[in-house]
Amino acid sequence: MPKLTIDGIAIEVPAGSTILQAAEAAGIEIPRFCYHERLSVAGNCRMCLVEVEKTPPKPIASCAYPVGEGMVVHTDTPMVRNGRRGVMEFLLINHPLDCPICDQGGECDLQDQAVGFGSDSSRYDENKRAVKDKDLGPLVKTTMTRCIHCTRCIRFITEVAGVPELGATDRGEHMEVGTYVEKALSSELSGNIIDLCPVGALTSKPYEFVARPWELQKVDSIDVLDAVGANIRIDSRGPEVLRILPRLNEDVNEEWLGDKSRFSIDGLKRSRLDRPWLKKDGKLQAVSWAEAFSAIADRTKGLSADRIGAIAGDLCDAESMLALKDLMTSLGSANIDCRQDGARLDASRRDFYSFNTSIPGIEEADAVLLIGTDPRKEAPVLNARIRKAVVANRAPVGSIGPVIDPTYKTVHLGFDPSVLNALHNGSHPFADTLRNAKKPMIVVGQGALARADGAAVLAAAWRLAASVGALTADWHGFNVLHTAAARVGGLDLGFVPGANGKSVAQMLDGGVDLLWLLGADEIDTARVGANTFVVYQGHHGDAGAHRADVILPGAAYTEKSGTYVNTEGRVQRGFKAVFPPGDAREDWTIIRAFSQLVGKTLPYDTIDALRARLEQANVAFSRIGYLPRFGCSDLTGPSGDPAAVGDAPFALAVENYYQTDAISRNSPTMAECSATKPELAAAAE
Amino acid sequence: MAFLDRTARSLMLSELVSGLSLTLRYFFKPKVTINYPYEKGPIGPRFKGEHALRRYPNGEERCIACKLCEAVCPAQAITIEAEPRADGSRRTTRYDIDMTKCIYCGLCEEACPVDAIVEGPNFEFATETREELFYNKDKLLANGDRWEPELARRLELDAPYR
Repeated sequence: MPKLTIDGIAIEVPAGSTILQAAEAAGIEIPRFCYHERLSVAGNCRMCLVEVEKTPPKPIASCAYPVGEGMVVHTDTPMVRNGRRGVMEFLLINHPLDCPICDQGGECDLQDQAVGFGSDSSRYDENKRAVKDKDLGPLVKTTMTRCIHCTRCIRFITEVAGVPELGATDRGEHMEVGTYVEKALSSELSGNIIDLCPVGALTSKPYEFVARPWELQKVDSIDVLDAVGANIRIDSRGPEVLRILPRLNEDVNEEWLGDKSRFSIDGLKRSRLDRPWLKKDGKLQAVSWAEAFSAIADRTKGLSADRIGAIAGDLCDAESMLALKDLMTSLGSANIDCRQDGARLDASRRDFYSFNTSIPGIEEADAVLLIGTDPRKEAPVLNARIRKAVVANRAPVGSIGPVIDPTYKTVHLGFDPSVLNALHNGSHPFADTLRNAKKPMIVVGQGALARADGAAVLAAAWRLAASVGALTADWHGFNVLHTAAARVGGLDLGFVPGANGKSVAQMLDGGVDLLWLLGADEIDTARVGANTFVVYQGHHGDAGAHRADVILPGAAYTEKSGTYVNTEGRVQRGFKAVFPPGDAREDWTIIRAFSQLVGKTLPYDTIDALRARLEQANVAFSRIGYLPRFGCSDLTGPSGDPAAVGDAPFALAVENYYQTDAISRNSPTMAECSATKPELAAAAE
Repeated sequence: MAFLDRTARSLMLSELVSGLSLTLRYFFKPKVTINYPYEKGPIGPRFKGEHALRRYPNGEERCIACKLCEAVCPAQAITIEAEPRADGSRRTTRYDIDMTKCIYCGLCEEACPVDAIVEGPNFEFATETREELFYNKDKLLANGDRWEPELARRLELDAPYR
């Protein structure tokens, strides 16, 4: 650990750190454009100049200069200041003076640093360079004249996203960043280059000219469009959510966010349910809350409890699921299920259904087996972590199921579950790879579980994990990768059929006469019997609402404070950014109000009381944000029979990353994105 | 003694005479009042009157929806919404000034990078209803079209001091 002095502050940093990192640790700000702590060092902007004693008398680029023992660094000498001022003057030579029409204005690194470190005027009066704009698809708008060639976007797309599509052509003043041959970026993480761009060269296309950063109200929340639970910041103005940005959380999403989570917000403004509806004479008519409630209450009268059922959807918060579960229990019904896709998940133990390695744990893995999953489409941010492990640890990756391209090299082991048994008994060559690995990781996707032999596949995957040494006291290598943000929360709360309860399939096939859908849109509504009375509570007029007899308008995730459990089992809480539209209400309050009408008043009047009940229901809910790492202490597997696996090939749970739920299906931006994918367009035909 | 002095002054009507002499002096001086509204006093080029949105000589509106005026407005009287126009340029879809909130400080004009929003020389825009003082983009652009020669002239006069 070398010790050095920066501006008189003595500090000790790990060997191999750069001066810039050491200065950051000492709390000294060094301006930079090209340096980014999650990308490789490029050292081409020269903004981070510092002076180091006992070196040749010239400024040094601190981002690329390793620290040495006893080094004495100055970051605020006349030489440094002059150097930075000169660099800034050069950067501004070709940068257009169009801040007033630039979307980055107000949150621009170049603006801030020009004020902080630049000179007050320019001496340049020649013509400025002009560069043709590139078309990078429906998400990223380019104004390439503004580019200062920091190459952050190129490095991100190549290193983190793993699709080397961006690059620079020519050099010097003629350098241009682009895709060589014009095409849309194929990465699911492409939105992040907008955040990375220190100037306004790459900006958000859907957010083009919409607002200035100072107008926006910023609220911390949790993303629900995949099961990673990325930490997000919702920027809103008045009643409208205008954009979503990632929030830094090293344990979940670092500072990345998938395109669906970032750009599908325009779906929140379309086909919303903003008032209660009731089907009268075969047609839905707008009614008051009282009328809608009494219609449901009338229907419950005289109905035996086992003819009432509830299905929770993929975007629900834990609070509303618990309220609905309590309501069903008080009505005497055990017919509840949160597994819309029919995934044969075993809710009896938490590590049977969660991503036990944890997301930061992925970085330690040295062999990965993907079973019936394409993490790139199901959880792009988590996939970037797997890629990080693959690159850093040279971890071999095997995949069972359809051939996938997860942005890193994979070995395709087979299409159907029989490979699992071959791996278990060692007859498959990849078995040795897993056995020889110190920290092997097995990831089971929903595509492998949502099938008739799902329970058997789960058990076989567990047995394989146990036999290759993935389940030890300090390493838990058995992972279930979910696609639904509500799923783990639902399983934690026991939102699964109780004793003699009916599952989703049984409820759909005429098992119940009154079916309460809590945001459940991914079910086959055509299977619901004509005489079943369907109550749909949710925020979008999607599949569920089309079949409903009563519609109760609920709140989307941006409109309520909710608790979500991600695929790891990490409990996180988001806050309310805007109010629900019209007469719509927060979901738990709807269920609470209805419970009073049927005389089974739920014992909580405030969200705090409900959260106290949440902690009582499962102690995991008392740990907000924090998830301890754990190993596996009990090797007993899930209830399925590993030998009973079928031979049908696995299908993927997510075919089209851009349209997976009610919000993203209603988003024009997401529709545009799927139109740019030739393979999706071909599948649609 | 003081009593005698006072009595003599009042008997000789000295206050009346001095007062009337002042009146008589002003009688022959030029008038300071003007016959408003038929006559109007002179106003400086920096006078802050009714707002207007200006156009370029080719008819293109100047405003580029940078929202600096909205940000700087201390009375929060300006509301702007923007979106890309069909040709891809940044334009406002809404530019409202609540003239009842406006304090005529002129900061909007100072903030504007393209001299689009200006406070013109017009101060006679009283209305009968409050609603008429909620100016929208059409009203402001119409103001600009009507006052453009004078707006350009006062900007030119004030330019050396900016």
